[in-house]
Amino acid sequence: MSAPRDDPSSLAGLSAADLAAAVARGDRSATQVVEGSLQRARDAGAGRDGLNILLYEDADAASRDHGTSVGVAPGPLFGVPVVVKDNIATTAMPTSCGSRILEGYVSPYDATAIVRLREAGALVIAKSNMDEFAMGSSTENSAFGPTKNPLAPDRVPGGSSGGSAAAVAAGIVRVALGSETGGSVRQPAAFCGVVGVKPTYGRVSRYGLVAFASSLDHIGVFGRTVDDAALCLQTIAGFDPMDSTSRAEPVPDYRAGARSASKGNDFRGIVVGKPKEYFPDDLDSRIREKCDAALEHMKQRGAVIRDVSLPHTGLAIEVYYIIAPAEASANLARFDGVRYGLRIEGHGLRGMYEATRSAGFGAEVTRRILLGTYVLSAGYYDAYYRKAQQVRALIARDFSAVFDSGVDLLFTPTTPTTAFPLGAKSDPYEMYLSDIFTCTANLAGVPAMSLPIGRIDGLPVGGQLIARHFGEQGLFAAAYALELALGEDALR
Amino acid sequence: MSVTLDDVRHIASLARLGLSEPRAEALVAELNTILQHMDVLSEVDTSTVADESITSVSGAAPLRLDAGPPIPLARSREAMAPRMQDGFFLVPRLSTHEDLEASS
Amino acid sequence: MSAGSGAHSLSSSPRYEMVVGLEVHVHLDTATKIFCRCSTDFGAPPNANTCPVCLALPGALPVLNAHAVGLAIRAALALGCAVQRTSVFARKNYFYPDLPKGYQISQFDKPLALGGQVEIGTNADGWPIAIGVTRVHMEEDAGKSIHDRFAGASAVDLNRAGVPLVEIVSEPDMRTAAQADAYLRALKQILEYAGVSDVNMEEGSLRVDANVSARLMGETALGTKTEVKNMNSFSSVVRALDVEFARQCAILDAGGRIEQQTMLWDANSGQVRPARSKEGSHDYRYFPEPDLPPLVLSAEQIDQARRELPELPKARRERYAREFAGLTEYDIDVLTARPATGEYFEQVARASGDAKAAANWMMGEVLAALKVSDQEIENFGVQSSNVAALLVMVRDGALSHSAAKQVFASMVKTGEAPARIAERDGLLKVSDDSALLGWIDAVFVECPDEAKRFVGGERRLLGVLVGHVMKKSKGSADPKRVNQLLATRLET
Ligand SMILES: [Mg+2]
Ligand SMILES: [Zn+2]
Repeated sequence: MSAPRDDPSSLAGLSAADLAAAVARGDRSATQVVEGSLQRARDAGAGRDGLNILLYEDADAASRDHGTSVGVAPGPLFGVPVVVKDNIATTAMPTSCGSRILEGYVSPYDATAIVRLREAGALVIAKSNMDEFAMGSSTENSAFGPTKNPLAPDRVPGGSSGGSAAAVAAGIVRVALGSETGGSVRQPAAFCGVVGVKPTYGRVSRYGLVAFASSLDHIGVFGRTVDDAALCLQTIAGFDPMDSTSRAEPVPDYRAGARSASKGNDFRGIVVGKPKEYFPDDLDSRIREKCDAALEHMKQRGAVIRDVSLPHTGLAIEVYYIIAPAEASANLARFDGVRYGLRIEGHGLRGMYEATRSAGFGAEVTRRILLGTYVLSAGYYDAYYRKAQQVRALIARDFSAVFDSGVDLLFTPTTPTTAFPLGAKSDPYEMYLSDIFTCTANLAGVPAMSLPIGRIDGLPVGGQLIARHFGEQGLFAAAYALELALGEDALR
Repeated sequence: MSVTLDDVRHIASLARLGLSEPRAEALVAELNTILQHMDVLSEVDTSTVADESITSVSGAAPLRLDAGPPIPLARSREAMAPRMQDGFFLVPRLSTHEDLEASS
Repeated sequence: MSAGSGAHSLSSSPRYEMVVGLEVHVHLDTATKIFCRCSTDFGAPPNANTCPVCLALPGALPVLNAHAVGLAIRAALALGCAVQRTSVFARKNYFYPDLPKGYQISQFDKPLALGGQVEIGTNADGWPIAIGVTRVHMEEDAGKSIHDRFAGASAVDLNRAGVPLVEIVSEPDMRTAAQADAYLRALKQILEYAGVSDVNMEEGSLRVDANVSARLMGETALGTKTEVKNMNSFSSVVRALDVEFARQCAILDAGGRIEQQTMLWDANSGQVRPARSKEGSHDYRYFPEPDLPPLVLSAEQIDQARRELPELPKARRERYAREFAGLTEYDIDVLTARPATGEYFEQVARASGDAKAAANWMMGEVLAALKVSDQEIENFGVQSSNVAALLVMVRDGALSHSAAKQVFASMVKTGEAPARIAERDGLLKVSDDSALLGWIDAVFVECPDEAKRFVGGERRLLGVLVGHVMKKSKGSADPKRVNQLLATRLET
């Protein structure tokens, strides 16, 4: 595997920003960039019979996407290839959400994030594999087969955005889009040794992101480096009149902020909270050591490390697995065989519905639809859904209280384990626990990021930074400084 | 609280999911295992949480002008629909007024 | 089960009292749908007015129409409701082919407005009878399913899906079908005055469902209710209520129990029958719509809407009684039945300066002409200023009453000004002696016998001769002057 920031002469070695500059200067053509990326995908064995990272490719991306930016000033992602998770609507390639029920479906509109990428000059070259409807933490729940971790092909890449994380890890692209409902960007970023960012809820438009659980869903970004991720996020962030939950707060220049903040004493004046609930006694000691080492780097560069508590953290998985399936049970009702997607005839209308949906949805999706239907059904709503929303409010309050107490950022492990072997987790609840450190940020809507902080037996370990609402700039500044401080340690 | 086979059949019916008998039986155990973990929530004191915070999204809904143009479609409805004729989506004929009371 | 229609009429069950509450759905008169920019126009080709949002394509999101909110507020205020500063949209989950998302976005436990009332006349003591309005909430309409167009298939047209509605729920305050009818008429009138809807039941812009129960006279507790649906006119509501009440009375008389269920009115057979449902009771699994933050209104917004509320029927009736002397209560009711009728009347009354005459013409000639041509007054070809001019001509003696009717008939056909028609058709009242004497001479030649007897002193023939002269003049002769001139012929 190639290291971050290695071999600046190769296309893969150029940061997204440098590549954009190179294409703008005419050093490389958009067509060469696309061909290069798809060639690296072939070299890495990213196809369906290999690592199964990419589901669909658009070899014409250069002419299609770059046609739109002819005659205008080159955008910040001019000529930069991007891989997009298969649940983000694109007109140029299918959007199947890793599901039989949408196999072959091509969206008649582009997601807002796709439109913004194009406007910035980016080339959307492929759609990546994912857990069906983003329900999963390993990318094994895809109707099109599991994705394998490019760093260890017998292991999962994490999920549900496993394909996008793997595409960056395999060097196919520097940046990719994923989506998160409970950690589906940060967790695979940690497993694949790349940077993964989940912005504040409402920071990136969800228009065109196929809904799993609307109040928890986010579009997130992967980058080879913090700088790559920052560039990609600031391109797609901002208010969108098509998404009523998107927010109008201005989008700062995350890269400029990060660079200036990380000059000299990177962490001086920064209070980093270490929440005890994320460092339980039974945490893998090697992961604890990597986290402590990262905290030590921050401390040496001026950070104040403070022990803090987010007391309702232990309830997050339970809350998450009530709210997310409840919302999913409604969001997935539209897949009914009437207007698009799979249709299997049966006895009458009800027979058609039941045949279509049972053939179209896989086991995990079926399980969650049933769970969600149950917790919303008459007699159970108050005990489950209402109660979960109340506890969710307490979890959000935990974050507010810590940030209001003068803590700037929180630092935690991203996941309790490194990438596990394919097929290792057959019990659904055990799989759900993969999201134990990440789903809190989705429940509270706060921004969070995973970045590589080291390796255990060659497998990447992710460290997680969490900030207050719309605190992305501080998140990137700290992550950039930590990335610099860790240097080659992140690969050891 | 625990889920019975009848519960699974009922919610599968509400969700229009066809389940084989063995699958339905297996799901009883799967759902109960998951729901068992959820029972911990009933112990949590949520008396300080106002009812208003039960809505999952904060802020106020933005409003749009009452004007077009409609959002364009890059592909025809016919290209997406499993069965379409004369501009209508076709579904199996309703033999009874099943669910008629559900409309509006 | 069938309702022996007529077998148990209201009068044959004097032991029981009918209790009725109504749920009325009304289309709001917007240009575009409630959550997308598609047109609300009727009559477009099937599914032509659909987009990613109202087709429920994967990834599409709702954005609330400001004008729909404004009209819903106006409707609520017109019904005397308290508009809530915060109301919440919810998902109402059920599968039906004309409900693309598999849920309807509606309002549930936090509706737009609460607690209004509609007056439906006065009781024997002169006190107003008021029907309580429990709530007014906003929601989206479903599409249309057509069952008789294709063999073996139902056809779905989603042009109506997403058209904005208010649902107006009454208290169970009505005791007879006639009261329900009066409530519906009053409600329709108020909504039309408020300008929120064209309230046309035939085009489906107003739909009524009824909750009906029966209880022993003097009983205060409510009996088990049934919901009656599928009524497509106010008269069918009246018939369906009587039939359903009679059915319930018969069951109670026989010692039976009323089953809580949905009944469908069949206008052809004049009966109600239970709606068949495989699921028994419905479980809509309402939960707050996560794609839409709450609808938050400022006190100023609500106050402004209240100030801008147009004059409502009751206020207009009171004003007419004050401003226009000589109008009976009946006159006022007819003139204020529809807002445009009153506005037309007021223009005629003001321009002619004679409210009583204006009222008589409105209620006579104008409304009759509209009825004959099956037109609404908004599209009437005769301008109110021309009707006023006609009344002035009559008052000034330029036209006889009968000639005025002829002129009006021509005005309806051509839309021309009355003076021009009267002149062209020779209908102006003639009091010029030479013309009158010419007609008198002609009558004397044609009826020598009567003329001779009259001249000889048979005074009672005066009327007959005046009639002949009037006929000869085609009604234009001034009868008073004809009388005077004939009198001079008497041999004294
Ligand atoms: Mg309704
Ligand atoms: Zn639409």
